[in-house]
Amino acid sequence: MAEEVREALRGEPLVELLAGFIVELRNAGLPVSLTENLDAMAAVTHIPIEDRHAFKYALAATLVKNNAHWRAFETVFEVYFSLRGKRYTVGDEGGVSGPGELDDDLDDLMGQQGEGAEGGGGGGGEAMTPEELAEMLYKALLEGNDAMLRAVARQSVRRYAGMEPGRPVGGTYYLYRTLRNLGLEDLLEKLMEQRRADDEAPLEGLEERLARDDYEARIDRLRKEVEAEIRRRLVADRGVEAMARTLRKPLPEDIDFMHASREELAMLRKALYPLTRRLAVRLARKRRHGRKGPLDFRSTVRHSLSYGGVPAEPKLKYPRPAKPEIFVIADVSGSVAAFARFTLHLVYAIGAQFSKVRSFVFIDGIDEVTRFFDGVDDIAEAVHRVNTEADVVWVDGHSDYGHALEVFWERWGKEISPKTSVIILGDARNNYHATQSWVVKEIQHRARHVFWLNPEPRSYWDTGDSIVGEYAVHCDGAFECRNLRQLEAFVDNLV
Amino acid sequence: MADAHDAPFRFESVQQVRDLLAGVEYLADAGIAGIVHLADRLRKPVLVEGPAGTGKTQLAKSVAEMSGARLIRLQCYEGLDESKALYEWNYKKQLLRIQAQRLAEGDGASWSEIEEDIFGEDFLLERPLLEAIRSPDPVVLLIDEVDRVEVETEALLLEILSDYQVSIPELGTVEATQIPLVFLTSNNTRELSEALKRRCLYLHIDYPDMERERQIVRTKVPEVGEHLADQITRVVRSIRQLELKKSPSVSETLDWARTLVLLGITHVDAAVASDTANILLKYQSDIMKAQKEFANNGTEGADLPAWKKK
Repeated sequence: MAEEVREALRGEPLVELLAGFIVELRNAGLPVSLTENLDAMAAVTHIPIEDRHAFKYALAATLVKNNAHWRAFETVFEVYFSLRGKRYTVGDEGGVSGPGELDDDLDDLMGQQGEGAEGGGGGGGEAMTPEELAEMLYKALLEGNDAMLRAVARQSVRRYAGMEPGRPVGGTYYLYRTLRNLGLEDLLEKLMEQRRADDEAPLEGLEERLARDDYEARIDRLRKEVEAEIRRRLVADRGVEAMARTLRKPLPEDIDFMHASREELAMLRKALYPLTRRLAVRLARKRRHGRKGPLDFRSTVRHSLSYGGVPAEPKLKYPRPAKPEIFVIADVSGSVAAFARFTLHLVYAIGAQFSKVRSFVFIDGIDEVTRFFDGVDDIAEAVHRVNTEADVVWVDGHSDYGHALEVFWERWGKEISPKTSVIILGDARNNYHATQSWVVKEIQHRARHVFWLNPEPRSYWDTGDSIVGEYAVHCDGAFECRNLRQLEAFVDNLV
Repeated sequence: MADAHDAPFRFESVQQVRDLLAGVEYLADAGIAGIVHLADRLRKPVLVEGPAGTGKTQLAKSVAEMSGARLIRLQCYEGLDESKALYEWNYKKQLLRIQAQRLAEGDGASWSEIEEDIFGEDFLLERPLLEAIRSPDPVVLLIDEVDRVEVETEALLLEILSDYQVSIPELGTVEATQIPLVFLTSNNTRELSEALKRRCLYLHIDYPDMERERQIVRTKVPEVGEHLADQITRVVRSIRQLELKKSPSVSETLDWARTLVLLGITHVDAAVASDTANILLKYQSDIMKAQKEFANNGTEGADLPAWKKK
């Protein structure tokens, strides 16, 4: 890896190279200030430039000041610095420079292995059959041999991904093709069986679980290697700038709820907890510090005694701002379920800021789900139960806002008081049912506030079967709420 | 005193930092050692963030120990102010001085003389930040849990962090006699201000990878055998993969290792792990979750890596 960086630095002056890198970082949404830019320049003069690792950490320490941005940084770094040389070419069979080297790597490794168990397994890397490759992969995983794992990853990308220069296909397609051919699902079971066979005593529960975790971690590493290899080859094919653009990953707070991939959802969940903690601390502080109450006459007179009856120190009353009561009414149908989950999670996590929180979920039927959260420690678990146990289907399981709101009004409408803030979550895609927007109007009359949070971009509102506009006229506010950043801002204002 | 900025560097290379840290039983990875090295070279403070119990504070202590520097620590809390962090006038002594003057010379001394006198070095009480830059010996300054002070109070730190000086209205500007190595730690309960972050190098210390954690366990609890240390770290890794309120930190791993040694256990099985889970985990719901996981051997695990779920 070292020579790549050196190679990179030989061609262009360091300053320009870094400047380009910082532009890419900014494009990816990272805030990099001018002083940080200068610091980075200063930092790289103090480290041995061949050391790719040190180089990366020096840049990270000076440019990335938020751990949530690390992933984005890493991606940009990998793309920008991984290959400024000409080590890789994509054209496979006829490839002149690239693949040859890879095979050399593999040959070396096979050579080492050859001394071990199998005698002649190593000869002629170019003629490696798929069976041999599978065998190598199996061994690498079994022994946790990282170097071999890397070599296998490279080899299998070359063999299975079917990459062609200029083919306009995303990296995930190649990843899918490669991994499918490696058959990772069965591999885990095979490894576990091998493990069981190796030990004389049958594995007890915990050991088995630990062994499984070991293998899973290794398979995960293989996956990462494959991904990196594909990325390297794509960069070689399409050029750094183009790749940086397509690979740009949103920061966790910018991930769109409605279009998040499974991996992104996991990231969101991870980002949510620190967010709630931060929010709770901030809100508690706000409450404590807003001490601008009216004059407390009694206390002032009492304290004036120590000044000989002169009221030198006015005492103020502690304000006791009423904590709002919250009703959350959430659409949990497929398209917006993730959004509803995150919002419920967030609202309950800062529940101490409200005097009471009640929650209702609906698709075309509506159900109160407050009971799932009562006295439960683990909010994630409760949210999970809401998803599985709440009774929200009335006829066909397609969103029907009109019916849901009508039922809500009938059954719980009287419990809304002037202290209550009602928050309705959903995209208001009503499948052309009756709107029943009078319910929202009635709610607004009774409640302190009615807010509508819509996870769709504002430009989509009132298109197709979306009727958010009809409801919004009766709300105190309708907000676009597509990511954690917007959600946080809304909750912050709510309290 | 500008020569403070030209003082020789403390460390030769990243590897040296790493070796020295290992010498005081702090096993740093390349990232940590690299940033300590950079902090010394660039003369910049290091902002250390990360989950609780991963050795943020210990890093500062270990750096002080290995370089033979004095550790000066400022523990932050809500309500920290100038007089606790920077300096304070010793007003009792000032009062005494004024009275002594009056007794000795009647009303002879003019006010300006006394004023000049009582706002002198003798009447200044040093607080940690001032002490750190005025100390003649090398110093490691640890500003602990900086996220606990209010945003406004952060401003107190800015001058010292960027220029290593403190301005005292009555005295003028006090510049550093030597540049202290500064570590700020934060548990990330709130976002620190841009101004503060900009002045610092940023280091995020996460849970160590399995190999390093095993070494840490072996170094800190030498009585643990090879096999047990291996098992401990693997169990901890498995637990960290669960979605918990609070994942076990390194210090909790070490506590667990010590407990197992005390109990004379040489091999962890599911029963032992369940019985002692309360040392690793601090929330009842987390403990229950972990015990459930120990009981089932992962075949129908609910927490497989995301890409494996169908």
